[in-house]
Amino acid sequence: MSKPYWTKENFPITPVIRNPAGSLAFKCGEWRTTTPVIDTEKCTKCGLCQIYCPDEAIYKSQAGIFEVKLDYCKGCGICANECPAKAIKMVAEVDET
Amino acid sequence: MSGSRAVAEAAKLSDVNVVSAYPITPQTSIVEYLSESIAKGELAAEFMQAESEFGAMSACIGASSVGARVFTATCSQGLALMHELNYVAAGLRLPIVMAVTNRQLSQPLGMWCDHSDAMGERDSGWIQIYVESCQEALDTVIQAFKIAEDKGVLLPTMVCLDGFILSHTSEPVEIPDSEAIRKYLPPYRPDADYHALMDVQKPLAAGGGCPPAFTMEFDYKKYEAQEHAKEIIRKADREFEQTFGRQYVLVEGDRCEDAQVILAGMGTMIGTAKEVADKLRKEKGWPVGVLKLRCYRPFPKEDVQRIASKAKALATVSRAVSYGIGAPVYSDLATCMSNLGQKPVLLNFIAGMGGRDITQKNIEQVFEKGMNAAETGEAAAEVEWLGLNKNLVGG
Repeated sequence: MSKPYWTKENFPITPVIRNPAGSLAFKCGEWRTTTPVIDTEKCTKCGLCQIYCPDEAIYKSQAGIFEVKLDYCKGCGICANECPAKAIKMVAEVDET
Repeated sequence: MSGSRAVAEAAKLSDVNVVSAYPITPQTSIVEYLSESIAKGELAAEFMQAESEFGAMSACIGASSVGARVFTATCSQGLALMHELNYVAAGLRLPIVMAVTNRQLSQPLGMWCDHSDAMGERDSGWIQIYVESCQEALDTVIQAFKIAEDKGVLLPTMVCLDGFILSHTSEPVEIPDSEAIRKYLPPYRPDADYHALMDVQKPLAAGGGCPPAFTMEFDYKKYEAQEHAKEIIRKADREFEQTFGRQYVLVEGDRCEDAQVILAGMGTMIGTAKEVADKLRKEKGWPVGVLKLRCYRPFPKEDVQRIASKAKALATVSRAVSYGIGAPVYSDLATCMSNLGQKPVLLNFIAGMGGRDITQKNIEQVFEKGMNAAETGEAAAEVEWLGLNKNLVGG
């Protein structure tokens, strides 16, 4: 689990977020059961995966290829569904424990 | 002046910054007076005519969120249309003050007084105060801002006055000195580090989603604030008395010290009940008293227990129905008495629905049935409808 946003010391009277970009601390990637794997050979770099990602978890790296921020990817599969080149596959994560 | 005028004068004296409302009978005259005052420049406030009550309360929430002192008024269908936003206002802990000219809810459609509308908002987190006279309406609206804006409370507050019976009845009303009011009620200055205040210097996000890990804790904070409000309402009342000489308390016991039978109710019926109690004491020597529930949320449990637990019978007269069980005010009083060893027999009356008058005769019936219950130690019926035309519906 990620660190709780509120503690006894800062618990407000109503749910308010006082720090901008507070959702960065909320690692929703922990919910993921399947991970998008991008085939850079097939990828045409159209960027639709980045546009459709509801969590802004896909970005274009300095090398110009699309990568996934696993801290925030919930594994919803929208990117794989939208990819016109079928370059993204959702791969099940194996729980090794 | 009328109850409506008294409420409007109070909002004016409170130096409100924003009034947002939508007209509905019998509330209309309150906002008419206010829009006129604003148009004439007597009150330096923004008047926002909304497209509906949903819009009006939304505007109130927005205005209060940027730190404005906000007033609105509505009733009946209008209050019902605000329902969803009323929970938001309370949850965001915004000290909005709203006058409710209590009116029945459709169906049947009617413009007349009962408390069904405000009872629908009973559990929203708003403070609810029911007044008996035009003077009390004026004084209570001013007190309401002081209570709602208290840092330990921060809950929106409804001032409920019986539609037409009080909103459209003229009584002599003393208008307090505006400078003295400004001293009693200084401008609202929310703290950006504590309130959910929209301040460009200190940006924040409010009104968003909240996971199960925290929601219950916010509910608890609201519950605590309602409990704490009792003390703040008493304090606001005491301070008001010191300057203006009038005090109302949370629950008023009229001739309850030695009463064996007590009638409990809210709003204008209390005036009638006091008259009848006086008459019955003089003419028949009956030991009867009247308990006026002024503050309904928070429910002044301790005060009610102190005043009423030693009586032999406690009769509740409710201007609202809780279908399938009885009446809300009765249920609350029964809750108060539930854990006491010594407690009165409880009687449950429903009266005055949809503008039906609550007459002296009705009140006499309540006291008579109360006297019987005091003697026998039991209630003759689970619930009784006063003034019901049994020729039409049996019963």
